[in-house]
Amino acid sequence: MAEKFKEQAVVIWQEAISYGVFSLWLKTDRIASGAKPGQFLSVYCRDGSRLLPRPISICEIDRHDMAVRLAYRVVGKGTEELSHLQRGDSLEVVGPLGNGFPLKEKKAFLIGGGIGIPPLLQLAKELQCEKRIVLGYRDSVFLKEAFEKYGEVYVATEDGSEGTEGTVLDAIRANGLDAEIVYACGPTAMLRAVKEYARERKMECWVSLEERMACGIGACLGCVCRSKEKDRHTNVRNKRICKEGPVFRAEEVEF
Amino acid sequence: MDMRVEVAGVTLKNPVMTASGTFGSGEEFAEFVDLNKLGAVVTKGVANVPWEGNPTPRIAETHGGMLNAVGLQNPGVDVFIERDIPFLAKYDTKVVVNVCGRSVRDYCEVAERLSDQDVHMLEINISCPNVKEGGIAFGQDPRAVEEITREVKKYARQPIVMKLSPNVTDITEMAKAAEAGGADAVSLINTLTGMKIDVHRRTFALANQTGGLSGPAIHPVAVRMVYQAAHAVQIPVIGMGGIASAEDAVEMILAGATAVAVGTANFNNPTATMEIVDGIRDYMKTYGVADIKELIGAV
Repeated sequence: MAEKFKEQAVVIWQEAISYGVFSLWLKTDRIASGAKPGQFLSVYCRDGSRLLPRPISICEIDRHDMAVRLAYRVVGKGTEELSHLQRGDSLEVVGPLGNGFPLKEKKAFLIGGGIGIPPLLQLAKELQCEKRIVLGYRDSVFLKEAFEKYGEVYVATEDGSEGTEGTVLDAIRANGLDAEIVYACGPTAMLRAVKEYARERKMECWVSLEERMACGIGACLGCVCRSKEKDRHTNVRNKRICKEGPVFRAEEVEF
Repeated sequence: MDMRVEVAGVTLKNPVMTASGTFGSGEEFAEFVDLNKLGAVVTKGVANVPWEGNPTPRIAETHGGMLNAVGLQNPGVDVFIERDIPFLAKYDTKVVVNVCGRSVRDYCEVAERLSDQDVHMLEINISCPNVKEGGIAFGQDPRAVEEITREVKKYARQPIVMKLSPNVTDITEMAKAAEAGGADAVSLINTLTGMKIDVHRRTFALANQTGGLSGPAIHPVAVRMVYQAAHAVQIPVIGMGGIASAEDAVEMILAGATAVAVGTANFNNPTATMEIVDGIRDYMKTYGVADIKELIGAV
């Protein structure tokens, strides 16, 4: 298990990359060096009325300059507060947390939906194999150019404004794509469909899950998901998303 | 300066404990906190058999607090004895095991299994608002509190601390009932039952609908109840409820708590417990307090 750090990170650069979606580069002391794609940070609010850390996945890692990039959607007051931070501001973070994606050298699908897309960017950078990157959006597209540096990118939009109209699976079918392994992060409905797609084709499938968390480090048992087998740590059919996850073999968990 | 306090014959190096359910069995927090610096580690509740807990979402944030409805998920006492007690035994701190159950028999069984273990106290959780059987059902009736205390006492080799619910009309009745049943101490408060509704999705924020409210929002309620309980019984009171700073801890001690437990603050700041120990020491220095026992119930 990689070491976790509590740090005061400093904002290098923050910008809106879509409507309500922000990209935030943070300078860290030690977090960046050990971080892996698919891991997340606990981001703490300054406002004392908001106690719980916001778990936000790591979008990119710059180990040379010890920086990490987060990309998140403003969904409430905590992320709203975060979106106002400017260059030079500091914020408290703990990380890197969770297990991250396994790097397998097999022809891969990277399938992201909405705000589940960002953690796949660092994965795309680190996977050295052939990649098909399939990104699903409701309407406005973000991070597409960033992904294009690392593989072929296919887009699906619900409103048909760009790429295939429909879902990520519609884009896969429309473009006649195939792969041997799936890495997916996105809304639960998308993950369920992707799990079923992979099961039918006997493909190895890894999904990144999310749940409301309190501690972020495995102590509070707030963020569990049901597991097929009894979990070694909890001794029941529950796995901690913040600790054993957030990335799981799709068939090992129920969601 | 002397920061030691004594609870039911057990000497703690300082009055700062962890609150059950917020600190696991210490292992996860040991990456951030030197457990040797704490007065005691109070574990997450453990039952005679593994419990799966409630469906998710189990957590919801509220203004200055949070709701939880974890439902006492735990691996069962066998795994706990095999894995968690040996881990905690490596540290120079006292170990308090929180015990939960669905029936009086369950509590007694866990107490009996722990009787030969490296454990300094048992905290009997008769106040969890998130499980249908056991928990709070025992903690809201003074006769039940007295009876369960008396029964568990027969099986326990370590001192027992009865953890009381604030979801009662008169906390002093419950504290007195625990004392009458033979409790060695009481701890309070557990969480206050609350509810949050997501207005956008028009549904409950928690799958369990209701949950236990904790955090700074409940601190004044906790201080009031600790004060009342401390004036109602002779046994020591362990104070908890929204302690997030050394000032909050001192306030609880002045209200009558012999020791304090830090809970939800661990989620807001994983190093909160150590910072509170240091902050109490600074307070004593500032005000020339030679012995922390001078502060207990000083108002």
